[in-house]
Amino acid sequence: MIVYKYIAEALFYAFVALTFMGGFMAIRSRLLMHAVLGLAISLFGVAGLYFYLGSPFLTMMQILIYVGAVCIIIVLGVMLGNTPDQLAIKNVTRKNLLLALLACSTGFIALFVATISRTEFIPATHKVGDMSIRFIGESLLFQYCLAFELISVILLTAIIGSIILARGGREEKVS
Amino acid sequence: MMISANLNTYLIISAILLVIGLYGMVQHRSLIGMLISSEFILNGAALNFMAFNRFVAPNPAVGQIYTLFIMGIAAAEAAIVISIIITVYRKFNSEDPEQLHDMKL
Repeated sequence: MIVYKYIAEALFYAFVALTFMGGFMAIRSRLLMHAVLGLAISLFGVAGLYFYLGSPFLTMMQILIYVGAVCIIIVLGVMLGNTPDQLAIKNVTRKNLLLALLACSTGFIALFVATISRTEFIPATHKVGDMSIRFIGESLLFQYCLAFELISVILLTAIIGSIILARGGREEKVS
Repeated sequence: MMISANLNTYLIISAILLVIGLYGMVQHRSLIGMLISSEFILNGAALNFMAFNRFVAPNPAVGQIYTLFIMGIAAAEAAIVISIIITVYRKFNSEDPEQLHDMKL
């Protein structure tokens, strides 16, 4: 029983390492395609973290939507657009490196010192419902019905808008 | 106490994801790189929601539903941004953000 706990803990460290290494690859790699690969790896690690937070449903949704759909869309965008040569050789700039590092470390330290380490987060005394998919579905149908409908309208608008935007230039080229 | 059953661990991980996104947003030279960085920022926010949902919140469905909505918004945003980038490629023949001072197409 104890051994299983340690194996689970080691797997947790592995997922955290996947997340950070993917993020590092996405922001430091020289080619855009490698950056997209790093994004996919990092999102896979975050999916594993969702599993440790007790939600297998969100793990599957993260892999389906993010790794499966968003990353493929970005790969299509990389391949469809003609990347200029100077961008294709070197994707990230070193111009404001010190400024960026300073801003990021300041933000992290401000977040960490001011909020995370000082605040005592008190758990709720009594809980309603559970983490099951059935409870999520009932909440989506009854309590959050308006938000659910709104997000479907947003997705429809995004589809129509992206089709209209992307086919705008084609007619000029034909004529 | 196991480190994977601690709220602060997840908060620090999501803060690092946010910082990775900020750094990439400054350092990338292309619009697609900035889109990738914005996905990191959104993921940090979603992980934060899930961590509070697991350890603090009274209703465990709320955080999962919020995270699902963040995923839907991110998918819509990625689709629109990619189509805008393709349009910018056609008009300007570049995707360098420094050349796009005015947003006239």
